[in-house]
Amino acid sequence: MKKNKEKRNLISIEILGLLLGLIWIAPFYLMIVNAFKTKRDIFSGVLGFPEEAVFSNFVEAFIDLAFLKSLFNSVLITGLSIAIIILFSSMAGYALARNKSKLSGIIFFIFVAAMLIPFQSVMIPLVSIFGQADMLNAGGLIFMYLGFGCSLSIFLYHGAMTGISKSMDEAAIIDGANRFQTFWYIIFPLLKPISVTVAILNVIWIWNDYLLPSLVLSESNATIPLKMFYFFGQYTKQWHLALAGLTIAILPVIIGYFFAQKQIINGVSEGAVK
Amino acid sequence: MQNRSLSFWLFLTPVIMGLGIVVVIPFLYGLFYSFTDWNGITANAFIGFENYIKLFQESEFMDSIWFTVKFAVVTVILLNIMGLGLALLVTRNIKSGNLLRTVFFMPNLIGGLILGFIWQFIFISVFGDIAGLTGIEGLNGWLSTTNTGFWGLVILTAWQMAGYIMIIYIAYLENIPKELIEAAKIDGASSFQRFKNITFPLVAPAFTVSMFLTLSMAFKIYDQNLSLTNGGPFNSTQMVAMEIVRTAFSDNQMAYAQAKAVIFFLIVAVIALTQVYYNKKREVEM
Repeated sequence: MKKNKEKRNLISIEILGLLLGLIWIAPFYLMIVNAFKTKRDIFSGVLGFPEEAVFSNFVEAFIDLAFLKSLFNSVLITGLSIAIIILFSSMAGYALARNKSKLSGIIFFIFVAAMLIPFQSVMIPLVSIFGQADMLNAGGLIFMYLGFGCSLSIFLYHGAMTGISKSMDEAAIIDGANRFQTFWYIIFPLLKPISVTVAILNVIWIWNDYLLPSLVLSESNATIPLKMFYFFGQYTKQWHLALAGLTIAILPVIIGYFFAQKQIINGVSEGAVK
Repeated sequence: MQNRSLSFWLFLTPVIMGLGIVVVIPFLYGLFYSFTDWNGITANAFIGFENYIKLFQESEFMDSIWFTVKFAVVTVILLNIMGLGLALLVTRNIKSGNLLRTVFFMPNLIGGLILGFIWQFIFISVFGDIAGLTGIEGLNGWLSTTNTGFWGLVILTAWQMAGYIMIIYIAYLENIPKELIEAAKIDGASSFQRFKNITFPLVAPAFTVSMFLTLSMAFKIYDQNLSLTNGGPFNSTQMVAMEIVRTAFSDNQMAYAQAKAVIFFLIVAVIALTQVYYNKKREVEM
Protein backbone atom coordinates (compact mmCIF):
# COMPACT_ATOMS: atom_id res chain seq x y z
CA MET A 1 0.00 0.00 0.00
CA LYS A 2 2.63 2.45 1.11
CA LYS A 3 4.92 1.40 -1.73
CA ASN A 4 2.20 2.22 -4.22
CA LYS A 5 1.68 5.66 -2.84
CA GLU A 6 5.38 6.35 -3.00
CA LYS A 7 5.49 5.13 -6.56
CA ARG A 8 2.63 7.39 -7.58
CA ASN A 9 4.37 10.27 -5.88
CA LEU A 10 7.53 9.59 -7.84
CA ILE A 11 5.61 9.50 -11.10
CA SER A 12 4.05 12.88 -10.48
CA ILE A 13 7.46 14.30 -9.58
CA GLU A 14 8.85 12.82 -12.76
CA ILE A 15 6.13 14.47 -14.82
CA LEU A 16 6.66 17.80 -13.08
CA GLY A 17 10.38 17.52 -13.78
CA LEU A 18 9.88 16.76 -17.45
CA LEU A 19 7.48 19.68 -17.82
CA LEU A 20 10.02 22.01 -16.22
CA GLY A 21 12.68 20.57 -18.48
CA LEU A 22 10.55 21.40 -21.50
CA ILE A 23 10.11 24.96 -20.29
CA TRP A 24 13.87 25.14 -19.81
CA ILE A 25 14.69 24.19 -23.37
CA ALA A 26 11.82 26.17 -24.90
CA PRO A 27 14.06 29.19 -25.68
CA PHE A 28 16.41 26.93 -27.65
CA TYR A 29 13.47 25.33 -29.42
CA LEU A 30 12.14 28.75 -30.41
CA MET A 31 15.55 29.84 -31.61
CA ILE A 32 16.14 26.80 -33.80
CA VAL A 33 12.64 26.52 -35.22
CA ASN A 34 12.56 30.15 -36.27
CA ALA A 35 16.08 30.05 -37.66
CA PHE A 36 14.66 27.75 -40.34
CA LYS A 37 11.86 30.14 -41.31
CA THR A 38 11.58 32.93 -43.82
CA LYS A 39 11.05 36.46 -42.64
CA ARG A 40 7.39 36.28 -43.59
CA ASP A 41 6.98 32.89 -41.92
CA ILE A 42 8.24 34.36 -38.60
CA PHE A 43 5.89 37.27 -38.98
CA SER A 44 2.88 34.98 -39.31
CA GLY A 45 3.72 32.89 -36.24
CA VAL A 46 6.71 32.00 -34.09
CA LEU A 47 5.50 28.96 -32.19
CA GLY A 48 5.01 26.33 -34.87
CA PHE A 49 7.29 24.52 -37.27
CA PRO A 50 8.39 26.28 -40.47
CA GLU A 51 6.21 25.70 -43.52
CA GLU A 52 9.29 24.88 -45.43
CA ALA A 53 12.75 24.62 -43.85
CA VAL A 54 15.08 27.32 -45.16
CA PHE A 55 18.78 26.53 -45.01
CA SER A 56 19.96 29.67 -46.73
CA ASN A 57 19.62 31.60 -43.44
CA PHE A 58 22.41 29.47 -42.03
CA VAL A 59 24.58 29.86 -45.07
CA GLU A 60 24.24 33.62 -44.99
CA ALA A 61 24.86 33.80 -41.23
CA PHE A 62 27.81 31.43 -41.49
CA ILE A 63 29.45 33.68 -44.07
CA ASP A 64 28.63 36.95 -42.32
CA LEU A 65 29.87 35.68 -38.98
CA ALA A 66 33.12 34.63 -40.72
CA PHE A 67 32.38 31.65 -38.58
CA LEU A 68 35.45 29.52 -39.18
CA LYS A 69 37.72 32.45 -38.48
CA SER A 70 35.83 33.48 -35.33
CA LEU A 71 35.83 29.88 -34.17
CA PHE A 72 39.56 29.65 -34.80
CA ASN A 73 40.17 32.87 -32.84
CA SER A 74 38.03 31.67 -29.96
CA VAL A 75 39.70 28.26 -29.83
CA LEU A 76 43.19 29.75 -30.04
CA ILE A 77 42.66 32.42 -27.39
CA THR A 78 40.75 30.17 -25.00
CA GLY A 79 43.12 27.24 -25.50
CA LEU A 80 46.33 29.21 -24.92
CA SER A 81 44.84 31.07 -21.95
CA ILE A 82 43.78 27.84 -20.28
CA ALA A 83 47.17 26.25 -20.92
CA ILE A 84 49.11 29.04 -19.24
CA ILE A 85 46.57 29.39 -16.42
CA ILE A 86 46.90 25.67 -15.63
CA LEU A 87 50.67 25.57 -15.87
CA PHE A 88 51.44 28.74 -13.91
CA SER A 89 48.64 28.45 -11.33
CA SER A 90 49.54 24.88 -10.46
CA MET A 91 53.19 25.87 -10.05
CA ALA A 92 52.17 28.74 -7.80
CA GLY A 93 49.71 26.64 -5.83
CA TYR A 94 52.45 24.06 -5.27
CA ALA A 95 55.05 26.61 -4.19
CA LEU A 96 52.65 28.37 -1.82
CA ALA A 97 51.28 25.18 -0.28
CA ARG A 98 54.72 23.66 0.32
CA ASN A 99 56.18 26.79 1.88
CA LYS A 100 54.47 27.59 5.14
CA SER A 101 55.93 31.00 5.88
CA LYS A 102 54.36 34.32 6.70
CA LEU A 103 55.36 35.74 3.33
CA SER A 104 53.73 32.95 1.36
CA GLY A 105 50.62 33.38 3.48
CA ILE A 106 50.51 37.05 2.51
CA ILE A 107 51.04 36.28 -1.18
CA PHE A 108 48.25 33.71 -1.08
CA PHE A 109 45.96 36.18 0.65
CA ILE A 110 46.60 38.83 -2.02
CA PHE A 111 45.70 36.39 -4.78
CA VAL A 112 42.47 35.41 -3.06
CA ALA A 113 41.56 38.99 -2.12
CA ALA A 114 42.00 40.08 -5.74
CA MET A 115 38.89 38.05 -6.56
CA LEU A 116 36.87 40.79 -4.87
CA ILE A 117 37.84 43.37 -7.47
CA PRO A 118 35.18 43.67 -10.17
CA PHE A 119 36.42 43.92 -13.73
CA GLN A 120 35.12 47.47 -14.21
CA SER A 121 37.36 48.69 -11.41
CA VAL A 122 40.52 47.88 -13.33
CA MET A 123 39.19 48.10 -16.87
CA ILE A 124 40.08 51.67 -17.82
CA PRO A 125 43.69 51.74 -16.55
CA LEU A 126 44.20 48.24 -17.94
CA VAL A 127 43.24 49.31 -21.45
CA SER A 128 45.31 52.47 -21.06
CA ILE A 129 48.43 50.59 -19.91
CA PHE A 130 48.16 47.89 -22.55
CA GLY A 131 47.42 50.51 -25.20
CA GLN A 132 50.56 52.42 -24.38
CA ALA A 133 52.59 49.21 -24.48
CA ASP A 134 51.03 48.41 -27.86
CA MET A 135 49.63 45.18 -26.43
CA LEU A 136 45.96 45.52 -27.35
CA ASN A 137 46.00 42.27 -29.32
CA ALA A 138 45.45 38.54 -28.88
CA GLY A 139 48.74 38.12 -27.03
CA GLY A 140 47.85 40.86 -24.59
CA LEU A 141 44.39 39.37 -24.14
CA ILE A 142 45.80 35.95 -23.26
CA PHE A 143 48.08 37.55 -20.68
CA MET A 144 45.10 39.41 -19.22
CA TYR A 145 43.22 36.13 -18.89
CA LEU A 146 46.15 34.75 -16.90
CA GLY A 147 45.86 37.72 -14.54
CA PHE A 148 42.11 37.39 -14.11
CA GLY A 149 42.01 33.60 -14.05
CA CYS A 150 44.95 32.77 -11.79
CA SER A 151 43.37 33.72 -8.44
CA LEU A 152 40.60 31.13 -8.35
CA SER A 153 42.90 28.58 -9.99
CA ILE A 154 45.66 29.04 -7.40
CA PHE A 155 43.04 28.79 -4.68
CA LEU A 156 41.84 25.45 -6.03
CA TYR A 157 45.36 24.06 -6.57
CA HIS A 158 46.43 25.23 -3.12
CA GLY A 159 43.50 23.32 -1.62
CA ALA A 160 44.27 20.20 -3.63
CA MET A 161 47.93 20.21 -2.55
CA THR A 162 46.97 19.44 1.05
CA GLY A 163 45.94 16.01 -0.16
CA ILE A 164 49.37 15.24 -1.60
CA SER A 165 51.91 13.97 0.89
CA LYS A 166 55.20 15.78 1.31
CA SER A 167 57.06 12.47 1.21
CA MET A 168 56.37 12.48 -2.54
CA ASP A 169 58.59 15.53 -2.96
CA GLU A 170 61.21 14.24 -0.56
CA ALA A 171 61.56 10.94 -2.36
CA ALA A 172 62.00 12.71 -5.69
CA ILE A 173 64.57 15.12 -4.28
CA ILE A 174 66.55 12.25 -2.76
CA ASP A 175 66.51 10.56 -6.16
CA GLY A 176 68.22 13.66 -7.52
CA ALA A 177 65.34 15.52 -9.13
CA ASN A 178 65.33 19.29 -8.95
CA ARG A 179 62.27 21.30 -7.90
CA PHE A 180 60.92 21.70 -11.38
CA GLN A 181 61.38 18.02 -12.24
CA THR A 182 59.70 17.06 -8.97
CA PHE A 183 56.79 19.29 -9.78
CA TRP A 184 56.44 18.32 -13.41
CA TYR A 185 56.92 14.55 -13.15
CA ILE A 186 55.51 13.81 -9.69
CA ILE A 187 53.12 16.53 -8.50
CA PHE A 188 51.52 17.83 -11.69
CA PRO A 189 50.19 14.41 -12.79
CA LEU A 190 48.67 13.95 -9.32
CA LEU A 191 46.86 17.27 -9.72
CA LYS A 192 45.10 16.11 -12.86
CA PRO A 193 41.57 15.96 -11.41
CA ILE A 194 41.82 19.52 -10.13
CA SER A 195 43.37 20.62 -13.43
CA VAL A 196 40.23 19.38 -15.18
CA THR A 197 38.10 21.45 -12.80
CA VAL A 198 40.29 24.52 -13.30
CA ALA A 199 40.14 24.06 -17.08
CA ILE A 200 36.35 23.75 -17.13
CA LEU A 201 35.70 26.73 -14.87
CA ASN A 202 38.02 28.95 -16.89
CA VAL A 203 36.83 27.75 -20.29
CA ILE A 204 33.26 28.67 -19.41
CA TRP A 205 33.99 32.31 -18.73
CA ILE A 206 36.83 32.89 -21.18
CA TRP A 207 34.99 31.31 -24.11
CA ASN A 208 31.92 33.45 -23.41
CA ASP A 209 33.65 36.67 -22.42
CA TYR A 210 32.49 39.66 -24.40
CA LEU A 211 33.54 42.89 -22.70
CA LEU A 212 37.29 42.32 -22.49
CA PRO A 213 37.70 41.17 -26.12
CA SER A 214 35.54 44.11 -27.21
CA LEU A 215 38.07 46.45 -25.61
CA VAL A 216 41.14 44.64 -26.86
CA LEU A 217 40.49 42.99 -30.21
CA SER A 218 39.71 44.45 -33.61
CA GLU A 219 36.77 43.09 -35.58
CA SER A 220 39.03 41.05 -37.85
CA ASN A 221 40.40 39.14 -34.85
CA ALA A 222 37.07 38.83 -33.09
CA THR A 223 36.10 35.85 -30.96
CA ILE A 224 32.63 34.32 -31.37
CA PRO A 225 30.81 36.48 -28.76
CA LEU A 226 32.38 39.67 -30.10
CA LYS A 227 31.61 38.78 -33.71
CA MET A 228 28.09 37.86 -32.64
CA PHE A 229 27.64 41.34 -31.23
CA TYR A 230 28.58 42.99 -34.52
CA PHE A 231 26.52 40.49 -36.46
CA PHE A 232 23.43 41.03 -34.36
CA GLY A 233 23.64 44.78 -34.68
CA GLN A 234 23.54 44.31 -38.43
CA TYR A 235 20.41 42.14 -38.40
CA THR A 236 18.30 43.70 -35.67
CA LYS A 237 15.06 43.59 -37.59
CA GLN A 238 15.78 40.36 -39.45
CA TRP A 239 15.16 37.64 -36.93
CA HIS A 240 15.49 34.77 -39.41
CA LEU A 241 19.15 35.66 -39.99
CA ALA A 242 19.87 36.74 -36.42
CA LEU A 243 18.52 33.47 -35.04
CA ALA A 244 20.43 31.38 -37.56
CA GLY A 245 23.59 33.22 -36.47
CA LEU A 246 22.84 32.60 -32.80
CA THR A 247 22.25 28.92 -33.48
CA ILE A 248 25.59 28.60 -35.24
CA ALA A 249 27.37 30.49 -32.47
CA ILE A 250 25.98 28.15 -29.81
CA LEU A 251 26.69 24.95 -31.70
CA PRO A 252 30.32 24.43 -30.55
CA VAL A 253 29.26 24.75 -26.90
CA ILE A 254 26.39 22.30 -27.30
CA ILE A 255 28.68 19.79 -29.01
CA GLY A 256 31.28 20.19 -26.26
CA TYR A 257 28.61 19.77 -23.60
CA PHE A 258 27.29 16.65 -25.28
CA PHE A 259 30.67 14.96 -25.02
CA ALA A 260 31.75 16.17 -21.60
CA GLN A 261 28.59 16.85 -19.63
CA LYS A 262 29.59 14.68 -16.70
CA GLN A 263 33.03 16.25 -16.30
CA ILE A 264 31.58 19.72 -16.72
CA ILE A 265 28.92 19.30 -14.05
CA ASN A 266 31.37 17.58 -11.69
CA GLY A 267 33.95 20.28 -12.33
CA VAL A 268 31.53 23.06 -11.55
CA SER A 269 30.29 21.38 -8.40
CA GLU A 270 33.88 20.77 -7.30
CA GLY A 271 34.71 24.43 -7.82
CA ALA A 272 31.60 25.68 -6.07
CA VAL A 273 31.98 23.60 -2.95
CA LYS A 274 35.61 24.47 -2.30
CA MET B 1 60.63 25.11 -0.40
CA GLN B 2 61.75 28.25 1.40
CA ASN B 3 61.14 31.90 0.48
CA ARG B 4 64.86 32.34 0.05
CA SER B 5 65.12 29.64 -2.52
CA LEU B 6 65.28 30.61 -6.14
CA SER B 7 62.76 27.97 -7.18
CA PHE B 8 60.08 29.41 -4.89
CA TRP B 9 60.25 32.73 -6.71
CA LEU B 10 60.61 31.14 -10.14
CA PHE B 11 57.39 29.21 -9.55
CA LEU B 12 55.57 32.36 -8.56
CA THR B 13 56.95 34.86 -11.06
CA PRO B 14 54.48 34.23 -13.91
CA VAL B 15 51.37 34.62 -11.77
CA ILE B 16 52.77 37.55 -9.82
CA MET B 17 53.43 39.30 -13.10
CA GLY B 18 49.98 38.34 -14.37
CA LEU B 19 48.05 39.50 -11.34
CA GLY B 20 50.34 42.49 -10.81
CA ILE B 21 50.18 43.90 -14.32
CA VAL B 22 46.55 43.03 -15.00
CA VAL B 23 44.85 43.60 -11.66
CA VAL B 24 46.95 45.16 -8.89
CA ILE B 25 48.73 47.93 -10.80
CA PRO B 26 45.66 49.00 -12.81
CA PHE B 27 43.64 48.98 -9.60
CA LEU B 28 46.06 51.29 -7.77
CA TYR B 29 46.63 53.39 -10.88
CA GLY B 30 42.85 53.80 -11.25
CA LEU B 31 42.43 54.69 -7.60
CA PHE B 32 44.97 57.48 -8.01
CA TYR B 33 43.57 58.79 -11.29
CA SER B 34 40.03 58.92 -9.92
CA PHE B 35 41.21 61.99 -7.99
CA THR B 36 42.45 63.75 -11.13
CA ASP B 37 41.08 65.00 -14.45
CA TRP B 38 42.67 62.04 -16.28
CA ASN B 39 41.52 61.56 -19.87
CA GLY B 40 42.90 58.06 -20.27
CA ILE B 41 46.34 59.18 -21.39
CA THR B 42 47.40 62.15 -19.33
CA ALA B 43 46.20 63.89 -16.20
CA ASN B 44 46.69 67.63 -15.81
CA ALA B 45 45.38 68.39 -12.39
CA PHE B 46 44.72 66.79 -9.06
CA ILE B 47 41.12 67.63 -8.25
CA GLY B 48 40.55 65.79 -4.99
CA PHE B 49 37.07 64.45 -4.43
CA GLU B 50 35.45 66.44 -7.23
CA ASN B 51 34.63 63.34 -9.32
CA TYR B 52 33.18 61.62 -6.30
CA ILE B 53 31.01 64.58 -5.32
CA LYS B 54 29.74 64.81 -8.87
CA LEU B 55 28.78 61.14 -9.13
CA PHE B 56 26.68 61.25 -6.00
CA GLN B 57 24.76 64.14 -7.48
CA GLU B 58 24.22 62.45 -10.81
CA SER B 59 20.77 60.90 -10.98
CA GLU B 60 21.70 58.46 -13.77
CA PHE B 61 24.43 56.86 -11.69
CA MET B 62 22.34 56.71 -8.52
CA ASP B 63 19.46 55.24 -10.53
CA SER B 64 21.74 52.55 -11.89
CA ILE B 65 22.85 51.66 -8.35
CA TRP B 66 19.27 51.50 -7.13
CA PHE B 67 18.24 49.39 -10.14
CA THR B 68 21.16 47.02 -9.51
CA VAL B 69 20.31 46.67 -5.81
CA LYS B 70 16.67 45.84 -6.59
CA PHE B 71 17.79 43.38 -9.24
CA ALA B 72 20.24 41.74 -6.83
CA VAL B 73 17.68 41.34 -4.04
CA VAL B 74 15.08 39.78 -6.36
CA THR B 75 17.50 37.48 -8.18
CA VAL B 76 19.22 36.27 -5.01
CA ILE B 77 15.91 35.24 -3.46
CA LEU B 78 14.54 33.75 -6.66
CA LEU B 79 17.71 31.90 -7.61
CA ASN B 80 18.04 30.27 -4.22
CA ILE B 81 14.43 29.11 -4.17
CA MET B 82 14.70 27.81 -7.72
CA GLY B 83 18.13 26.27 -7.19
CA LEU B 84 17.05 24.39 -4.08
CA GLY B 85 13.75 23.38 -5.70
CA LEU B 86 15.45 21.99 -8.79
CA ALA B 87 18.07 20.24 -6.66
CA LEU B 88 15.40 18.55 -4.54
CA LEU B 89 13.61 17.52 -7.70
CA VAL B 90 16.53 15.94 -9.54
CA THR B 91 17.92 14.16 -6.46
CA ARG B 92 14.69 12.26 -5.94
CA ASN B 93 14.81 8.76 -7.29
CA ILE B 94 13.40 9.67 -10.70
CA LYS B 95 14.49 8.17 -14.00
CA SER B 96 15.07 11.48 -15.74
CA GLY B 97 17.21 12.89 -12.89
CA ASN B 98 20.47 12.99 -14.81
CA LEU B 99 18.88 14.21 -18.00
CA LEU B 100 17.20 17.04 -16.13
CA ARG B 101 20.45 18.10 -14.47
CA THR B 102 21.99 18.38 -17.90
CA VAL B 103 19.06 20.40 -19.21
CA PHE B 104 18.79 22.79 -16.28
CA PHE B 105 22.50 23.46 -16.32
CA MET B 106 22.81 24.04 -20.06
CA PRO B 107 22.15 27.81 -20.22
CA ASN B 108 25.17 28.42 -17.97
CA LEU B 109 27.55 27.30 -20.64
CA ILE B 110 26.35 29.82 -23.15
CA GLY B 111 27.45 33.38 -22.74
CA GLY B 112 25.14 36.03 -21.32
CA LEU B 113 25.47 38.07 -24.49
CA ILE B 114 24.06 35.33 -26.71
CA LEU B 115 21.37 34.36 -24.21
CA GLY B 116 20.28 38.00 -24.03
CA PHE B 117 19.82 38.08 -27.80
CA ILE B 118 17.74 34.88 -27.73
CA TRP B 119 15.50 36.30 -25.01
CA GLN B 120 15.20 39.54 -26.87
CA PHE B 121 13.52 37.51 -29.59
CA ILE B 122 11.31 35.78 -27.04
CA PHE B 123 10.21 38.93 -25.27
CA ILE B 124 9.57 40.82 -28.48
CA SER B 125 8.27 38.28 -30.97
CA VAL B 126 7.12 35.28 -28.98
CA PHE B 127 5.44 37.30 -26.23
CA GLY B 128 3.86 39.50 -28.88
CA ASP B 129 2.51 36.45 -30.67
CA ILE B 130 1.14 34.92 -27.50
CA ALA B 131 -0.49 38.25 -26.66
CA GLY B 132 -2.15 38.17 -30.09
CA LEU B 133 -3.37 34.61 -29.60
CA THR B 134 -4.61 34.92 -26.04
CA GLY B 135 -5.53 38.58 -25.91
CA ILE B 136 -3.30 39.20 -22.86
CA GLU B 137 -2.26 42.76 -23.63
CA GLY B 138 0.33 42.81 -20.86
CA LEU B 139 2.65 40.57 -22.87
CA ASN B 140 3.17 43.22 -25.52
CA GLY B 141 6.22 45.45 -25.56
CA TRP B 142 8.12 43.67 -22.82
CA LEU B 143 11.42 45.40 -23.29
CA SER B 144 9.96 48.83 -23.86
CA THR B 145 9.07 49.75 -20.29
CA THR B 146 11.27 50.01 -17.21
CA ASN B 147 9.19 47.64 -15.17
CA THR B 148 8.84 44.83 -17.68
CA GLY B 149 12.46 45.36 -18.71
CA PHE B 150 13.43 44.73 -15.10
CA TRP B 151 11.44 41.49 -15.00
CA GLY B 152 12.82 40.52 -18.38
CA LEU B 153 16.33 40.72 -16.94
CA VAL B 154 15.24 38.79 -13.86
CA ILE B 155 13.67 36.01 -15.95
CA LEU B 156 16.73 35.74 -18.18
CA THR B 157 19.11 35.60 -15.21
CA ALA B 158 16.97 33.15 -13.26
CA TRP B 159 16.74 30.84 -16.26
CA GLN B 160 20.47 31.09 -16.90
CA MET B 161 21.80 30.72 -13.37
CA ALA B 162 19.30 28.48 -11.57
CA GLY B 163 21.07 25.39 -12.89
CA TYR B 164 24.36 26.58 -11.45
CA ILE B 165 22.86 27.16 -8.01
CA MET B 166 21.14 23.79 -8.34
CA ILE B 167 24.57 22.12 -8.71
CA ILE B 168 25.73 23.71 -5.45
CA TYR B 169 22.67 22.53 -3.56
CA ILE B 170 22.98 19.04 -5.06
CA ALA B 171 26.54 18.79 -3.78
CA TYR B 172 25.34 19.46 -0.24
CA LEU B 173 22.17 17.38 -0.53
CA GLU B 174 24.18 14.35 -1.58
CA ASN B 175 26.33 14.67 1.51
CA ILE B 176 23.41 14.15 3.86
CA PRO B 177 23.76 10.69 5.38
CA LYS B 178 21.00 8.39 4.11
CA GLU B 179 20.63 6.79 7.55
CA LEU B 180 19.46 10.09 9.00
CA ILE B 181 16.55 10.29 6.59
CA GLU B 182 15.76 6.59 7.04
CA ALA B 183 15.75 6.93 10.82
CA ALA B 184 13.37 9.88 10.62
CA LYS B 185 11.10 7.90 8.30
CA ILE B 186 10.98 5.02 10.75
CA ASP B 187 10.17 7.47 13.52
CA GLY B 188 7.20 8.52 11.43
CA ALA B 189 8.31 11.99 10.35
CA SER B 190 6.36 13.35 7.39
CA SER B 191 8.27 14.43 4.31
CA PHE B 192 7.74 18.06 5.27
CA GLN B 193 9.09 17.40 8.77
CA ARG B 194 12.07 15.57 7.31
CA PHE B 195 12.78 18.51 5.05
CA LYS B 196 12.40 21.10 7.79
CA ASN B 197 14.36 19.30 10.50
CA ILE B 198 17.02 17.40 8.59
CA THR B 199 17.47 18.43 4.99
CA PHE B 200 17.14 22.18 5.41
CA PRO B 201 19.58 22.63 8.32
CA LEU B 202 22.12 20.42 6.58
CA VAL B 203 22.01 22.33 3.30
CA ALA B 204 22.24 25.70 5.05
CA PRO B 205 25.96 26.02 4.27
CA ALA B 206 25.05 25.71 0.58
CA PHE B 207 22.92 28.78 1.02
CA THR B 208 25.95 30.67 2.30
CA VAL B 209 27.99 29.71 -0.74
CA SER B 210 25.26 30.37 -3.24
CA MET B 211 24.28 33.66 -1.66
CA PHE B 212 27.85 34.85 -2.05
CA LEU B 213 27.92 33.76 -5.67
CA THR B 214 24.50 35.08 -6.63
CA LEU B 215 25.06 38.42 -4.94
CA SER B 216 28.39 39.11 -6.59
CA MET B 217 27.08 37.81 -9.90
CA ALA B 218 23.99 40.03 -9.72
CA PHE B 219 26.10 43.10 -9.01
CA LYS B 220 28.58 42.46 -11.79
CA ILE B 221 26.10 41.57 -14.53
CA TYR B 222 26.87 43.27 -17.82
CA ASP B 223 26.50 41.11 -20.96
CA GLN B 224 22.85 40.22 -20.36
CA ASN B 225 22.05 43.84 -19.67
CA LEU B 226 23.74 44.95 -22.89
CA SER B 227 22.17 42.40 -25.19
CA LEU B 228 18.68 42.22 -23.70
CA THR B 229 17.69 45.82 -23.05
CA ASN B 230 20.84 47.79 -23.86
CA GLY B 231 19.87 49.84 -20.80
CA GLY B 232 16.73 51.15 -22.44
CA PRO B 233 14.23 52.66 -22.42
CA PHE B 234 16.06 55.91 -21.62
CA ASN B 235 18.80 54.17 -19.60
CA SER B 236 16.21 53.11 -17.04
CA THR B 237 17.34 49.46 -17.01
CA GLN B 238 21.02 50.26 -16.95
CA MET B 239 22.98 48.56 -14.20
CA VAL B 240 26.13 49.89 -12.56
CA ALA B 241 28.58 47.80 -14.57
CA MET B 242 27.11 49.07 -17.82
CA GLU B 243 26.89 52.66 -16.60
CA ILE B 244 30.64 52.64 -15.93
CA VAL B 245 31.50 51.23 -19.36
CA ARG B 246 29.28 53.89 -20.99
CA THR B 247 30.78 56.75 -19.02
CA ALA B 248 34.25 55.60 -19.98
CA PHE B 249 33.98 54.55 -23.59
CA SER B 250 30.92 56.36 -24.95
CA ASP B 251 31.24 59.62 -23.05
CA ASN B 252 35.03 59.45 -22.82
CA GLN B 253 35.10 60.68 -19.23
CA MET B 254 37.85 58.43 -17.96
CA ALA B 255 38.61 59.89 -14.53
CA TYR B 256 34.93 60.28 -13.75
CA ALA B 257 34.16 56.73 -14.86
CA GLN B 258 37.08 55.53 -12.77
CA ALA B 259 35.63 57.23 -9.69
CA LYS B 260 32.38 55.37 -10.33
CA ALA B 261 34.41 52.16 -10.70
CA VAL B 262 36.00 52.76 -7.29
CA ILE B 263 32.57 53.20 -5.71
CA PHE B 264 31.47 50.03 -7.49
CA PHE B 265 34.43 48.17 -6.01
CA LEU B 266 33.59 49.46 -2.53
CA ILE B 267 30.00 48.28 -2.83
CA VAL B 268 31.01 44.80 -4.01
CA ALA B 269 33.75 44.51 -1.38
CA VAL B 270 31.52 45.63 1.49
CA ILE B 271 28.82 43.17 0.53
CA ALA B 272 31.28 40.30 0.20
CA LEU B 273 33.08 41.06 3.46
CA THR B 274 29.85 41.55 5.41
CA GLN B 275 28.73 38.19 4.18
CA VAL B 276 31.96 36.49 5.17
CA TYR B 277 31.74 38.14 8.59
CA TYR B 278 28.21 36.90 9.23
CA ASN B 279 29.10 33.42 8.10
CA LYS B 280 32.05 33.22 10.42
CA LYS B 281 29.85 34.34 13.28
CA ARG B 282 27.23 31.77 12.48
CA GLU B 283 29.80 29.02 12.19
CA VAL B 284 31.02 29.81 15.69
CA GLU B 285 27.51 29.58 17.06
CA MET B 286 26.96 26.22 15.42
